[in-house]
Amino acid sequence: MTLLPALPILLPLCGAVFCMLLRTHLAAQKGVALLFSVLVLGASIGLLAQTRDGSVAVMNVGNWAAPYGITLAADMFSCVMLVLSGLLAVSVFIYACFDLDTERIRFGFFPLSLILLMGVNGAFVTGDLFNLYVWFEVLLTASFILLALGGEQPQLEGSIKYVTLNLLSSALFLAGIGILYGMAGTLNMAELAHVVQQGDRGGLVTMVAVMFMMAFGIKAGMFPLYFWLPASYPTPPAAVTALFSGLLTKVGAYSMIRVFTLIFITDPDFLHVLILTGAGLTMVSGVLAAAAQYEMRKILAVHIVSQIGYVIMGLGLFTPLALTGTIIYLIHIIIVKTNLFLVAGAIRRIKGTYDLHELGGLYKERPGLSVLFIISAMSLAGVPPLSGFFAKFTLILAGLNRGAWVIVAVALGVSLLTLYSMVKIWTYVFWKPAPEPLPDRITASGGKWLAFLSPMIAFTLLAVGLGIFAGPVFDYAQTAADQLMNSDAYIQAVLGGG
Amino acid sequence: MSSTILRTATRYMFPPLLVFSIYLLFRGHHFPGGGFVGGLFAGSAFSLYALAFSVSDARRILRSDPRDVTAAGLALALISGIPPLFSGHAYLTGTWWMLTLPSGVHLDIGTPLIFDIGVYFVVLGVVLTLVFALGEEQ
Repeated sequence: MTLLPALPILLPLCGAVFCMLLRTHLAAQKGVALLFSVLVLGASIGLLAQTRDGSVAVMNVGNWAAPYGITLAADMFSCVMLVLSGLLAVSVFIYACFDLDTERIRFGFFPLSLILLMGVNGAFVTGDLFNLYVWFEVLLTASFILLALGGEQPQLEGSIKYVTLNLLSSALFLAGIGILYGMAGTLNMAELAHVVQQGDRGGLVTMVAVMFMMAFGIKAGMFPLYFWLPASYPTPPAAVTALFSGLLTKVGAYSMIRVFTLIFITDPDFLHVLILTGAGLTMVSGVLAAAAQYEMRKILAVHIVSQIGYVIMGLGLFTPLALTGTIIYLIHIIIVKTNLFLVAGAIRRIKGTYDLHELGGLYKERPGLSVLFIISAMSLAGVPPLSGFFAKFTLILAGLNRGAWVIVAVALGVSLLTLYSMVKIWTYVFWKPAPEPLPDRITASGGKWLAFLSPMIAFTLLAVGLGIFAGPVFDYAQTAADQLMNSDAYIQAVLGGG
Repeated sequence: MSSTILRTATRYMFPPLLVFSIYLLFRGHHFPGGGFVGGLFAGSAFSLYALAFSVSDARRILRSDPRDVTAAGLALALISGIPPLFSGHAYLTGTWWMLTLPSGVHLDIGTPLIFDIGVYFVVLGVVLTLVFALGEEQ
């Protein structure tokens, strides 16, 4: 019995407590937040190392055996997500130390972000459906405040849409949990999987499954209920947007993948086809909405929607190869998308705007920053040999193997439009001569600037590295996908081992 | 609000309210009660004080910032899970220490109690953070 699976939850909470006690010492808060995010990352990597052989790390909190107690279970897929969220937290905190205004730090950016991280990690490791709901509430409550922190008018408008739709989603989720509990008599995911697969309950299971699909779909930003995302994500500062884009929608996607590979696999002809249709529509609507935008941050935010489409596409195809693609895509998208938001934030820090019309000529002024942007942008569009290429390649290969021509065509077309959006940013912000030269608002050079850029440099290297070392990444993702497809080991580990 | 009746009543009510909140806290392990209700009760006692006198008076008798109270409660709840780790059990496993007082009274002190005291302070801190913020808004 080891503490390791609980550490990604406990460490952020510890950090949040320290940050709350150090309320008036802003510099100390920065240090504590960074330290604890590094510790979380370390614990997650430890967990990844422990489960890399395909085992499931299980912990029964309070020594109450499953299915009665609260089980934490981390398989390979969970561990990948944990490591990514830890990585994201470290880099966003480094970024926030430099860029975030003292007002927001004073009002609790760091403790709230740590609580958000706790909620996200909790959702990744929990083995219990009701606990998943609780972790969702934890992370949503923290995110509501983070989103509204600062109190600017567009922020509040965005927050209202965000809060309303997410509460609706939580209500659906809770109703689904209630029905499921009434039907199966348990909420432990492993036992649920066992019970649902055993008995033939026909329509009721499918109905509950669709409720879950709606609930997680809203949270993930899936068609047709994604419109809260473009309304709220571009309003807070870049550090918060980067944190949200990397974590929140991905938790929705993670949960959907978890329940639709573990529990609701009895009716794939209907459910997974529905997911696939949703994925196609999500991709198309996201990328078209992005094409109409002329603000860097909005383009990137709307693109999140279209990226979620790819993630869900792999789930909809529901083959081992497709799930491998989904996992690689999740790794790729969290790294690349966060980096794009951070680079956009850096540009705004120098020039004071996100507007494509006002910006220009950055390629000449800031070649280093341009390189950071173009690598991530091309990776997002799926240009080889960067990370996005292999992720999309795997998904499309899986689609071809299944003979799902329509979704393959959609995915390829959307890729092209993504390239269009990225090239649009590149042309307007970096190539085009500036309409009126915007003076630098800060002296962007020297050691401090380099430290500010360090998370972006690291993420860019990772995006390149994921492309170069695609082989090992693919092997890992494949094992993780096999583990998802054959849930017996997971069920055994939770119910049998304890 | 300046009402002599309310102020006088509050002076008498305040100590019993706090004592009762602690009673609720300790009762909670086997009977209705516990840290959450106890914390709410203590919070309402301080809120009553803030209503009868002023928010700054209530802050003064609380002695520390309510946000620190919340943080301390969270820390206590976190710490309460640690003792079982030393005996090789999972985090948050209930661990009990039996004490017999010289007068022959048995006391069961356990980590669930420490956890509950943490909850008590978290609830108290959160309630007062809200109430004080709203009270100072005017």
